[in-house]
Amino acid sequence: MAAARPVQIRLRGVVKSFGEKRVLAGLDLDVHEGESLVVIGGSGTGKSVLLKHMIGLLAPDAGTVEVDGVQLSELDYRAITTFRRRFGMAFQEGALFDSMTVWENVAFPLRRAGWPRDRIAARVAECLELVHLDGAERKLPAQLSGGMRRRVGFARAIALEPRILLFDEPTTGLDPVIKAVIDGVIIDLRRSLGSTTVTISHDMKSTFRIADRVGMLHEGKIIAIGTPDEIRSCPDGRVQQFIEGRAEGPLSD
Amino acid sequence: MRLMRSWVRARVEPFFLEVGRFFVLLWRVVAWTPRPPYDFRQLTNQMVRIGVDSIPVVLLTALFTGGVMALQTFATLKRFNAEGYVGSLVAISMVRELAPVLSALILAGRCGSAMGAELGTMRVTEQIDALEVLATDPVHYLMVPRVWASTLMLPALVVLSNGVGIAGGYAVSVGLFGANPVTYMANTFQFMDWDDVTSGLIKSAVFGLLIAVVGCQKGFFTTGGAEGVGRSTTRAVVLASITILVSDFFLTKLLY
Repeated sequence: MAAARPVQIRLRGVVKSFGEKRVLAGLDLDVHEGESLVVIGGSGTGKSVLLKHMIGLLAPDAGTVEVDGVQLSELDYRAITTFRRRFGMAFQEGALFDSMTVWENVAFPLRRAGWPRDRIAARVAECLELVHLDGAERKLPAQLSGGMRRRVGFARAIALEPRILLFDEPTTGLDPVIKAVIDGVIIDLRRSLGSTTVTISHDMKSTFRIADRVGMLHEGKIIAIGTPDEIRSCPDGRVQQFIEGRAEGPLSD
Repeated sequence: MRLMRSWVRARVEPFFLEVGRFFVLLWRVVAWTPRPPYDFRQLTNQMVRIGVDSIPVVLLTALFTGGVMALQTFATLKRFNAEGYVGSLVAISMVRELAPVLSALILAGRCGSAMGAELGTMRVTEQIDALEVLATDPVHYLMVPRVWASTLMLPALVVLSNGVGIAGGYAVSVGLFGANPVTYMANTFQFMDWDDVTSGLIKSAVFGLLIAVVGCQKGFFTTGGAEGVGRSTTRAVVLASITILVSDFFLTKLLY
């Protein structure tokens, strides 16, 4: 069913190296409109690097990244700045502006987009309510817990109602209850915005909660992709080892 | 041959990389400046932090520099029976050279380092990535106000330190060596003309620009967590100070 939807993000033969280290090695991936794709993979396999390619924060050494039919490499730095309005990205630790309050953080993209004051106030309140943080407006990021910071990051990411949402390890380092809360927030956001979502995770429980499709990144390529059920029954030993979290197997060799 | 190639790779390549980054960033600051949205709050914030907050330390430096100039020139000129020219010497040295360079060095230590640390922290905590994702060019949002504030405020600080430096020289000459106050003041302005003042101010505007671009550049390209931020901060100060001193020579040659 997901395959019937048009492709929104298309990566072809993406290669990226940092110095001697080759992180992405000719990666192909299609993200369909409106789906929730979760990319899993071990730490340091380049999941965040993959995400940063989708939004043009990193440029591939070779290969192409296409979003809504536009090649990112053909945009200059000014054009890409505006192009990014269709994205919302939530960073691993929230990446909140630490000199601004929660309210100012969420209002930031709206102010930059030139919204009038009263509309900004209404939208900020709405976004904070969506992530269950109404009441924390005047706090500074340093006064928040890790889970709260990430939710503020979500609120900021969705402020401009982006059509594509990217989550970089939204639940890493949180306790299981907060993880469930965060997953719930992600599912709610998807439902209310209807946006395409790409999430990076190595937490299998969250993955199966939020994914329409799951792809596994290993050695710079997507080695398996499919619905959660297909992934669960995937014959590839590397996938099985990862989702079951075993110490022995083809990944450790 | 091989040794030379590795030396080139280790020393020469990074040098040209830095120089290239400097001009690319400088160009982007210029290109972004006229484009909306204009963030005047950021600009005034930076002007306060760079300009107003630096007044005490810059003026203290100027006061004592003026004073020590008077001490030194008095001791030297006395040998030629030319003590009467202390005022001119102090004033012209302050205005042309000492106030711009010393204020710039202090600003590099105070604000260049702060820019390196602040932008460096923003880089390693992904706040700069977040800016880009939120459709905001980091050069536009972070660098434009800092570069302009620094370029505008350093000459303003130099105007103040010119006055205070001359006052320091006056205090030493009149108070310590018993020079005649009226002739000292007359002598101070006797040989100085506007070109001396403007050349000092032009230099200090360039220094202000250098401090901000170098400081932001170091912060911008920070890698490697807390240690990286520390490295960027140090390098911002060292590199800014060196470029100030080197460019001072060429600017002076050019403006003379």
